[in-house]
Amino acid sequence: MEIKKDTTNEMMIEFDSRPGNEGFVRVAVAAFCTQLNPTLEEVADLKTALSEAVTNAIIHGYEGEVHKIRVVCKTKENVVHITVTDWGKGIEDIEKAMQPMYTSKPEMDRSGMGFVFMEAFMDQVEVTSQPGEGTAVYMKKAIGR
Amino acid sequence: MEQIYQIDGISLTVHMPAELDHPNAERLKKETDYYLENYHIQHIIFDFRNTDFMDSSGIGLVAGRYRLLNLRGGSVEAVHVNDRIDKILHLSGMHKIIEIHREEEKDGD
Repeated sequence: MEIKKDTTNEMMIEFDSRPGNEGFVRVAVAAFCTQLNPTLEEVADLKTALSEAVTNAIIHGYEGEVHKIRVVCKTKENVVHITVTDWGKGIEDIEKAMQPMYTSKPEMDRSGMGFVFMEAFMDQVEVTSQPGEGTAVYMKKAIGR
Repeated sequence: MEQIYQIDGISLTVHMPAELDHPNAERLKKETDYYLENYHIQHIIFDFRNTDFMDSSGIGLVAGRYRLLNLRGGSVEAVHVNDRIDKILHLSGMHKIIEIHREEEKDGD
């Protein structure tokens, strides 16, 4: 009988949408992913992309109210899969939200670069959202190519 | 410990934190704008020597201060920028509106 090595590994964190938690979540995901021996640059890419998704959930999803955000991080072989979910107000027009420089909150000095950074630093970014129900951002990145 | 803000005539130097993320950018924005409102500042120098993480919240901080100073005929500069920060500034097009000096460049101090 051939024994196949199971290379999947998964963790989940659910936390309050307080800005002070952003640093903790970045460090937790980065530490989990070190098992794939990423370069410093790959770690920085993951942290930046994750930070964008979590900040979006806090600022746009919940508009500053405190509710739960869930981050699921899964590694399979050399690929990291991250999903950030909120149950906030959702996005009406995803295509518009993802455009460079577009922000629904210019008065807050938001740069409108969040999704641009996610796409620049990850191999794939997918957004699913339902107005009034929430948003899930899925991202993946291969490590060590 | 070195001070976060230094005023030298019409110049304000802001020493950026190690992690320039959403909460830190919000705090720096409020504090920097206090100096812009209460002092005759024409030039901001964002010093990144201690910074190794920045996301789009940091870009919002820099671009927003650029807009405010540009209205007064002033300018913004980023100094001691490492490879990572430089990449992020370029991705956002900041190099088109502000002067960027890399970390290896000495600025006389």
